[in-house]
Amino acid sequence: MRLTMFALGAAMSFFSTVALAQGGDVQITHPWARATPGGAQTGAAYVTIESPSGDKLTSVSTPAAKKAEIHSMTMKNGVMEMRRVQELDLPAGKPVTLKPGGYHIMLMQLAKPLAAGESFPLTLNFAKAGMKQVTVTVEKVGAMGPESGSGGGMNMPGMKMHQ
Amino acid sequence: MARQTKTKGPPFVLIATAFAGVLVLVAGVLIGVAFRNSGHGVAGGPLGAAIGGKFNLVDQNGKPFTDANLKGKWNLVFFGYTHCPDVCPTALNDLSLAVDQLGDKKKDVGIVFISVDPDRDTAAVLKSYVESFGGPIEGLTGSAQEVAQAAKDYRVYYAKHPTAGGGYDMDHSALIYIMDPQGRFTATFTPEDTSDTMAARLKKLVG
Repeated sequence: MRLTMFALGAAMSFFSTVALAQGGDVQITHPWARATPGGAQTGAAYVTIESPSGDKLTSVSTPAAKKAEIHSMTMKNGVMEMRRVQELDLPAGKPVTLKPGGYHIMLMQLAKPLAAGESFPLTLNFAKAGMKQVTVTVEKVGAMGPESGSGGGMNMPGMKMHQ
Repeated sequence: MARQTKTKGPPFVLIATAFAGVLVLVAGVLIGVAFRNSGHGVAGGPLGAAIGGKFNLVDQNGKPFTDANLKGKWNLVFFGYTHCPDVCPTALNDLSLAVDQLGDKKKDVGIVFISVDPDRDTAAVLKSYVESFGGPIEGLTGSAQEVAQAAKDYRVYYAKHPTAGGGYDMDHSALIYIMDPQGRFTATFTPEDTSDTMAARLKKLVG
């Protein structure tokens, strides 16, 4: 009985998150962040966004950090460069995945360190779809994807950083 | 310079000289690339001598750490900074996981993280930072000059990139240098290498 209630509760909270994320014209899936190493004042959050008709991600914010920005990460001749991106283009029907080694949402001046297992709200503003809020789950330090248990995910294509 | 020389020599001499110069440059770059991508190491070779050198830094406990401390075990040397949310934690995590796969050879390999942001990365900051990864990481910092010297030794480029609101990010070379127990440059990893790839190469080198 208690288990049923728990499952029902879990299902309801799951669906409410999905409903929230899918409102309007964009789908936001797998919001996750990395736990921050001790002493770090910045963190990174990642999401996958798909807009059926094309849109732009224009800004982000979260109570977890004083400042949140969209950043690109590129390697030029072995030199890593991180740059703020004013808006992230979302081509129609093509999911855009923010991931380690690519685009990330940079969280600056964290309110407190991001600890694995915790979660925090993240607001994304789109040019057309407006404001969306998702709940970001914090994974382990150095995690490469949105599900913990990196030991079991050795063959996941998402584990490798490309580009 | 060739253009300013007003000699009466036939132009093809100039062209040939310039062409030869270009060939030498291209050959140099190709050799460099070949060595960089080679898993076999170039310790003692011309490039082995070119990467690495003397430096005087402090570790995360505030104790002096110099190039002499690199001797006696293999070291994986990586330059970065703690305000880097993406590549640096990825690399340190991958390196820690790779070393962890080495079994009884684990103790023969160390990881050295040298901050290119000594203004913000004090020994105390580095201490809690490197301890978060669980690997055998030494976190090094120093004065601006000391860090610049270490970066120069390792042919590492770094520069402050100011951001809106008065902050800054660091652009920095993100290669990982594999140094042998004599402190000689042997090969590199890139941050794109997975921990499994790194572990497999380390097993060959250390084993």
